[in-house]
Amino acid sequence: MDYLLEKLAPTFDSIANGILEVLLGIENLLSAIPWWGYVFLVGFLAWKATKRLCSTIILPMSILIIGVFGLWELAIGTLSIVVAAVILALLMGVPLGILIAKVHCVGPIFHPILDAMQTMPSFVYLIPTMMFFGLGKVPAVLATLIYSLPPVIRLTALGLKQVPKPAQEAAIAYGATSWQLLKEVQLPLAMPTIMAGVNQTTMMALSMVVVASMIGAQGLGQEVLLSINRIDMGRGFEAGISIVIMAIAIDRITQGFARHLDPTKR
Amino acid sequence: MIQNQNNKNLETVLEIKDLWKVYARNNMNIDVENKDLIAQLDKSEDTIVAIRGVSLSVRRGEVFVIMGLSGSGKSTLIRCILRLIEPTSGKIQANGQEVTALSQKELIEFRRKHVAMVFQHYGLLPHKTILQNVAFGLKLQGISKKEGEERSRSALNHVGLEGWENYYPQSLSGGMRQRVGIARALVMDAPILLMDEPFSGLDPLIRREMQDELARLQQELHKTIFFVTHDLDEAIQLGDRMAIMKNGTIVQTGRPTHILANPADSYVARFVQDKRHQLEIANKESF
Repeated sequence: MDYLLEKLAPTFDSIANGILEVLLGIENLLSAIPWWGYVFLVGFLAWKATKRLCSTIILPMSILIIGVFGLWELAIGTLSIVVAAVILALLMGVPLGILIAKVHCVGPIFHPILDAMQTMPSFVYLIPTMMFFGLGKVPAVLATLIYSLPPVIRLTALGLKQVPKPAQEAAIAYGATSWQLLKEVQLPLAMPTIMAGVNQTTMMALSMVVVASMIGAQGLGQEVLLSINRIDMGRGFEAGISIVIMAIAIDRITQGFARHLDPTKR
Repeated sequence: MIQNQNNKNLETVLEIKDLWKVYARNNMNIDVENKDLIAQLDKSEDTIVAIRGVSLSVRRGEVFVIMGLSGSGKSTLIRCILRLIEPTSGKIQANGQEVTALSQKELIEFRRKHVAMVFQHYGLLPHKTILQNVAFGLKLQGISKKEGEERSRSALNHVGLEGWENYYPQSLSGGMRQRVGIARALVMDAPILLMDEPFSGLDPLIRREMQDELARLQQELHKTIFFVTHDLDEAIQLGDRMAIMKNGTIVQTGRPTHILANPADSYVARFVQDKRHQLEIANKESF
């Protein structure tokens, strides 16, 4: 283990720096938007995604509550970690899902790995990331990434496998290459399931924040952790509610867009 | 029966020689000449001999019908022609190309240029409009969107679906969806049309309409059509020549009237029995 740590230290350092750059960039971007900007943004996105008046009013109001609690900066910190982790998860997960669906021998290799990843308690991921990357935001992002990766991989592979066979057969019969089949038929028809994967990955990333705070990620997770340690129910309650509000807002909005992207619902 | 007026042109467009398809659990090398092996595979529950030594040829401009019950191997046969299912052994020649010897890349070219298929369950893409569906084959070839749409509109007019271009398949009835499938095949302008029980999923009145429609199109376009069905009436109405399949082999080939009058064995005789009876009654009544 020590050998590994020593030899691979420079590689890990560069990975860490890369992620840190991305993370800080995201955090700066998100911090630059003032609180009322978020209220409007959430309201706007809620309307576009759900077209329901109920959501469009309630969601922005709930965002306000986070501000009322005085937890705004911490919320943004949490949000940046989640956004960074989810973007990385999607960039890695969707291609992997496609690979598993298309190349038959790959599936049996990944299934046990994914099973293990989903059953292991989330704390476990903290250990190796802490060992290789120390404390702070970067290991938090990485631990969140590993924890939230399986849903998008699984659901991408599943979505592709469930594309109706007659449509695929017709495309092949008219001379589609493997790439054309993927782009024109399989991906569009698998999109609803893939979006479900994106949604689940995002939710799991959010749920990881409390755990990730144990290795130094500042944010709402840390608030919850402190409240547990100090048995400060009020504080814990506020932080917990804020996390839940963020989760609901992101969930409703991504689900709404998923419905938009469903090509068969016209 | 669609009369093949052009009897002078007897050029063979599609030829199948000694085609075999065996479904085995592992990809074992099957020597189809080994009769004992085949007999063994037949008995085994793990393997299916779907096509046994089928040979036939189709001439230019004719409608060649393959008739058989479920499990006779007819759907497997039509799929082997464009290698949607890979044959175990045998040779297929279409339009001067040896299909069974084509590389993957050449096979894709073959599918784009030389054949066009119509499916029993339509095979339409639910996320594309009718117009996009018809133009799909052209799009795969890289033909410009403008030209593709123009040709597709014309094909849709041909099958009587003008005005439906921007609808989605889910808004159309079965008969209309199959017309889209036919339009999609026609727009390719391929020399050989493959039709796998195209009207089996439709109700009787619509089926009749579509058969008449196909007959009309054939009068106009004189395509070479390889048609699979389990409906004897359909075979007689549409086919210039037909072959009856049973258990993976062809039992008899010939003109429909010939087969009706001279069934080769008891199986064919049973098959055509009702129709012969019908015709006998019709003949008697006309006197």
